[in-house]
Amino acid sequence: MSDVADKVIGIIAEQAVLDKGDVSMDQTLDDLGIDSLGLVESIFAIEEAFDIQIPFNANDPAASEFDISSVAAIVKAVEGLVAEQHA
Amino acid sequence: MKRVVITGQGTINPLGRSVAETVEAMREGRCGIGPLEFRDVDRLAIKIGGQVKGYDPETEFNRQQIALYDRFTQFTLLAAREAIAQSGLRFGGELAARSGVVLGTSGGGLQTSDENYRSVYEEGKNRVHPFVVPKLMNNAAASHVSMAHNLKGPSFTVATACASSNHAMGQAFNLIRCGMATVMVTGGSESMLCFGGVKAWEGLRVMSKDACRPFSANRNGMVQGEGAGVFVFEEYEHARARGAEILAEVIGFAMTSDAADIVMPSKQGAARAIRGAMQDAGVPFEAVGYINAHGTGTAANDKTECAAVADVFGAHADKLMISSTKSMHGHLIGGTGAVELLACIMALRDGVIAPTIGYEEADPECALDVVPNEARDAKVDVVLSNAFAFGGLNAVLALRAA
Repeated sequence: MSDVADKVIGIIAEQAVLDKGDVSMDQTLDDLGIDSLGLVESIFAIEEAFDIQIPFNANDPAASEFDISSVAAIVKAVEGLVAEQHA
Repeated sequence: MKRVVITGQGTINPLGRSVAETVEAMREGRCGIGPLEFRDVDRLAIKIGGQVKGYDPETEFNRQQIALYDRFTQFTLLAAREAIAQSGLRFGGELAARSGVVLGTSGGGLQTSDENYRSVYEEGKNRVHPFVVPKLMNNAAASHVSMAHNLKGPSFTVATACASSNHAMGQAFNLIRCGMATVMVTGGSESMLCFGGVKAWEGLRVMSKDACRPFSANRNGMVQGEGAGVFVFEEYEHARARGAEILAEVIGFAMTSDAADIVMPSKQGAARAIRGAMQDAGVPFEAVGYINAHGTGTAANDKTECAAVADVFGAHADKLMISSTKSMHGHLIGGTGAVELLACIMALRDGVIAPTIGYEEADPECALDVVPNEARDAKVDVVLSNAFAFGGLNAVLALRAA
């Protein structure tokens, strides 16, 4: 697992009040019991952890460029933003 | 129970420096939202708002006053001056003792907090101006209005986020109705358009970067505004005896709590408040011709509000008009219900319904007559003003033509 994935899963696990080991890549935020406030908090924590800007508007999470459909999708999106930042 | 009428109104907001200017802008569907101008705006992701532009406090107040008045207090005093002048009232003796002030605000003197935190944290200063506390306190505006106009009766400030003004005006209404006061100066004020104020809202990810488009399918969030609206609420017999011009009658008020979520609105909570205001007013649903919506332009509010209205009014929901003037002046948070009451009074007095501007695409979840983009001439007898706050606190007022 990449460092990015490890950190992102750590943040999501903390938000879901679960052990990191209990979060799997195919789960959705819904599966993990993370609501809209939890999502906004997770995004903030990820931005702080990686010093990146995540394009996300809570008015329509599905239409944001940032894919939040599963843990794997979030990890992939964050990896992309981190790579862009170092490019 | 006593009847309560409105005999004065005043405002300063992104659409104008007076009621006349504001009402004209609302008729024309003018937008007061534009680029924000203040220190460090380049560090914000959200750079638009309904700011009161070109405002110079020194043309309105002297240096000693400015040292004591945060921008939200200045706005309040200007609006109160206009409202009380229109009412023709002068407060002395027994009338002064039976007249008070109840105002809404959410952030109070937030600009003062922001400036002074900056000075001690960022600039490392170890001393602040002696009046920081009396300037930033939430009741500063209400207190200064009481001092400026000799109002010696019940006076206080209500803070219920975006419903503050409606809650305040509801208190004013009930204080007069039950005989505790003869006149109440009421409404609300807000001035959060500073770096810290907008930065905090940015964090919530509900702000639009380009426009406030309530009820439009492509809406993407709220836009903040600033300003104040102040009204003179007066006991009907008192107003009649002195031959005052009556702008409108306040006939009902209800408040409810969702008891559910700190940010997500509830259809049930909103519907109970709307229904409650009409029951309090004792008018049938069919009497309501216009609703000034809370209409923030967020995905969640607008569809929930429309569903609540549809629920309460049934078939009549398709006949009434509902518009959000936030599309023009932005969301004045604790002052918003007060500025929006101007649109309600305009509907009753002038027969002009303020539009929802920026409306581009129909949303099946907001399938009501939202008076898109252009004001409309229509005769209405009863109107409602909705306010639904973060924290699930709802307040709805009902007004009738004089």
